[in-house]
Amino acid sequence: MIVTTEETREVITGNHAVSHGARLARAQVISAYPITPQTQVVELLSSFCEDGSLDAKFIQVESEHSAMAALVGASSVGARCFTATSAHGLALMHEMLHWAAGARLPIVMANINRAMGAPWSVWTDQNDSLSQRDTGWMQIYCESNQEVLDTVIQAYKTAERVALPAMLVLDAFVLSHTAEPVEIPSQEAVDDFLPPYEPDLRLSTEDPHSFSGLATPDTYMEFRYGIQKSMERALEEFQRVDDEFYEAFGRRYGLIEQYRTDGAELLLVTSSTITSTARVVIDELRDSGRHVGLLKIRLFRPFPGELLRSLVANAKKLAVIDRNIGFGVGGIFAQEIRAALYNHIQIPVFGFVAGLGGRDVRPSLIREVIEYAETHEEPEDLIWKGVKL
Amino acid sequence: MDENLVVPDAELLTPGHLGCQGCGAALAMRYVLKALGEKTIVVLPACCFSIIAGPFPYSALKIPLLHTAFETAAVTASGVRAGLDCQGDSETTVLAWAGDGGTFDIGLQALSGTAERNDNILYICYDNEAYMNTGVQRSSATPWGAWTTTTPHAKRKFKKDIMLIMAAHRIPYAATASVAYPEDLIAKVKTAKKTKGTRFIHLLAPCPPGWKISSEQTIKFARLAVQTRIFPLYEVEDGTRYRFHDISEPASVEEYLKAQGRFKNLSEEDFELIQEQVEERWAYLIGLAAMTGAGNG
Ligand SMILES: Cc1ncc(C[n+]2csc(CCOP(=O)(O)OP(=O)(O)O)c2C)c(N)n1
Ligand SMILES: [Mg+2]
Repeated sequence: MIVTTEETREVITGNHAVSHGARLARAQVISAYPITPQTQVVELLSSFCEDGSLDAKFIQVESEHSAMAALVGASSVGARCFTATSAHGLALMHEMLHWAAGARLPIVMANINRAMGAPWSVWTDQNDSLSQRDTGWMQIYCESNQEVLDTVIQAYKTAERVALPAMLVLDAFVLSHTAEPVEIPSQEAVDDFLPPYEPDLRLSTEDPHSFSGLATPDTYMEFRYGIQKSMERALEEFQRVDDEFYEAFGRRYGLIEQYRTDGAELLLVTSSTITSTARVVIDELRDSGRHVGLLKIRLFRPFPGELLRSLVANAKKLAVIDRNIGFGVGGIFAQEIRAALYNHIQIPVFGFVAGLGGRDVRPSLIREVIEYAETHEEPEDLIWKGVKL
Repeated sequence: MDENLVVPDAELLTPGHLGCQGCGAALAMRYVLKALGEKTIVVLPACCFSIIAGPFPYSALKIPLLHTAFETAAVTASGVRAGLDCQGDSETTVLAWAGDGGTFDIGLQALSGTAERNDNILYICYDNEAYMNTGVQRSSATPWGAWTTTTPHAKRKFKKDIMLIMAAHRIPYAATASVAYPEDLIAKVKTAKKTKGTRFIHLLAPCPPGWKISSEQTIKFARLAVQTRIFPLYEVEDGTRYRFHDISEPASVEEYLKAQGRFKNLSEEDFELIQEQVEERWAYLIGLAAMTGAGNG
């Protein structure tokens, strides 16, 4: 275990990067329930709590539903709260995800992307987190263990500024159980960056109020309007926090990252760790003179539609790889991208679905995706890649 | 004078609450808040009381109130407690206040978790013996023989024994209480307030529309339930030490059952069966208490 006041560079897994993020953010109340592939997150946090390197209450609940309910209680009195889960755990939390967002509680959670049963799977895909799209949680998809650690800290700062909860998302095994070198910032530097949580409103006997009581049709809609307005504000805040983070730590990720997009006619769009593989393919193709580039969507909620439009304005085609499937429609990122473009720009969007249930998405598959989009004129909504038929 | 017998004047539930006439739950909250005082935070899951407390932006309680989802009263209270603890506030009482449905049924898992961890909260289940908020559907707290909208003739399953379940968690304090015995109720709440760990009170609170009784009969039936030993008053410490409030000459269950509209489909044989059940259960409780070294209070 690594706990020091100095900045250090260590080789750690994505799960341990999550735990270090929560430790450095000084989470005060943690509540979680074990599920593969998230377990190491809570194991390390438990030992941080026990050995005193983190001064937090760890509520060892009997389910994920209760984990989120406990944090709703703790966050309501003004505690900084953290949890981590995956797949079935996230699905079980669903009711309380709505509750946390509706109650405007800036809880931060890590979700390790894992495919949903039936049939059972423990490997990565994004259907678990994307199924929570409309709960009012911000969602950030991470590509590396460094990004994971940094995103925990960024997520708190943004969430507390806009009073909405935030979920950072990382791929099962590909990140969660894979060790990479990670700069672990010093506690002092993180303390300077992230001030203690001081909510405007909190549940307190000093100033008694009722929270989340019945809202009639006469009052409910304004609560929803408020969430949407805060989501819109969160787009700017997230960018600002990323800039501040860069000043403090010298690393930034953006809301959407552009990779070798200069003069690109075809833009490949990815998220999470498929992006890392795609970078290799793009390098190869670029170096052989092909006009392709890469966009990595990091922030999914709020969706950076305007930014996306500005980044694709000069492209001729988009090819989106989705590691998820919206049954009856197609890939979910592709849907979101088409929706963001439709009223503004007409660019063909090819939607590819690949890598479900942790199936590898290899460079050869990505090359095929690019080739397909390059050689077809008519865009297709749903193209399956790597499925055994 | 015993400190526990003093009933404070302070009213922390305002008369503007939205309870029906004769609502046992509203009366119960009034007494309980008298005993707990202003340094109390209430956690409220979905139940009649989420309506009784008043819609946004109003509140019938003069203390802070956190509404939460139906099955989460206990664990949301655990979270509030943890949050207060990290601010160094050990003085405020965290009260989870849930109905029988939120306790015996959908909230049982979370309640069991809180009790197993012995989190420092007071959990009070006001038991009106059905899902009243949604229009009188049966719960596992609905007694054998009662009409509800989902047991249109009469329920033919016994009431779950929540007290024994809670005692089996070996929590420091569990007690039954009835709105017909306010001094006893207030004394128990004060005892609970002084105790650390998970404290549980099972509080009988009749519901006139749900029981099909008239609104001035709430106290009458809350008292008869105790006098018939259908709802005996007792306390359990650490899951082992029982203390009973003895009834020397119990009333017959018929008196309790016959006058309530919800039992109108019962026959003489049903009354006999219920009488037998009540006696059997009482003997079981006394036996259990004797085994674990109990005394009468
Ligand atoms: C998950 C969920 N299921 C169902 C409901 C609907 N519901 C709200 S209150 C209630 C019954 C409450 O019964 P009880 O706990 O006994 O309290 P009472 O209304 O009788 O006071 C039900 C079924 C809900 N709010 N949430
Ligand atoms: Mg009820």
